[in-house]
Amino acid sequence: MIHLHYFAGIKEVAGKAEEDIDWVDGTAADVLKWAKKSYPSFDFSSVQIAINEEYVLETEPVKPGDHVAFIPPVSGG
Amino acid sequence: MKPFEVTKKPLEPARYMEYVTHPGAGAVTLFAGTVREWTNGKRTMHLEYEAYEPMAEKKLAEIGSEIEEKWPNSRVAIVHRIGALAISDIAVVIAVSSPHRKAAYEANEYAIEQIKRVVPIWKKEIWEDGEEWIGDQAYKPGGEQY
Repeated sequence: MIHLHYFAGIKEVAGKAEEDIDWVDGTAADVLKWAKKSYPSFDFSSVQIAINEEYVLETEPVKPGDHVAFIPPVSGG
Repeated sequence: MKPFEVTKKPLEPARYMEYVTHPGAGAVTLFAGTVREWTNGKRTMHLEYEAYEPMAEKKLAEIGSEIEEKWPNSRVAIVHRIGALAISDIAVVIAVSSPHRKAAYEANEYAIEQIKRVVPIWKKEIWEDGEEWIGDQAYKPGGEQY
């Protein structure tokens, strides 16, 4: 299992801030693929992935227990 | 207070200024980002900010470390407010002290630019006739920076 975190527009499309999904093995790209399929109405094209609160490349492995966050373009300040 | 913080409470800039002031400092720059009413001809009623709080605080602290490395003997505190903010409320406070003023100005500007690039905080503008999550304003890939 992995823990997913949604923010801003993705959170509104998903209708939730967090969810857990079954997970054995794969990369950040695979999680992104899952999200695109699950929430097709959201445009994930400029979304970055963070694993356990660090930005990663899509080739990064995702292990069970990881926290995976979808980070839309930020707009703080 | 924590020197790198995301909070729902109204911000008090003086506290952050006091935190960074020390005998070796000859300058303190204090930046406050406030909620603007009009943007590109559109009137904002209020803003809502949200954050990935633990990661945002971690990234703010990283910006602080980068500054202390780039501008020796500087001290930094950064706080960002989240939740519903009204026009003219303070959304972000950055306090930087340094032995000399040039470094204090430069480091403070570096901090706000890094916040806008890497810190997972999002702003939703609520207008009279709608609302929208704002993203990537300055750093749209291939786009203009402003």
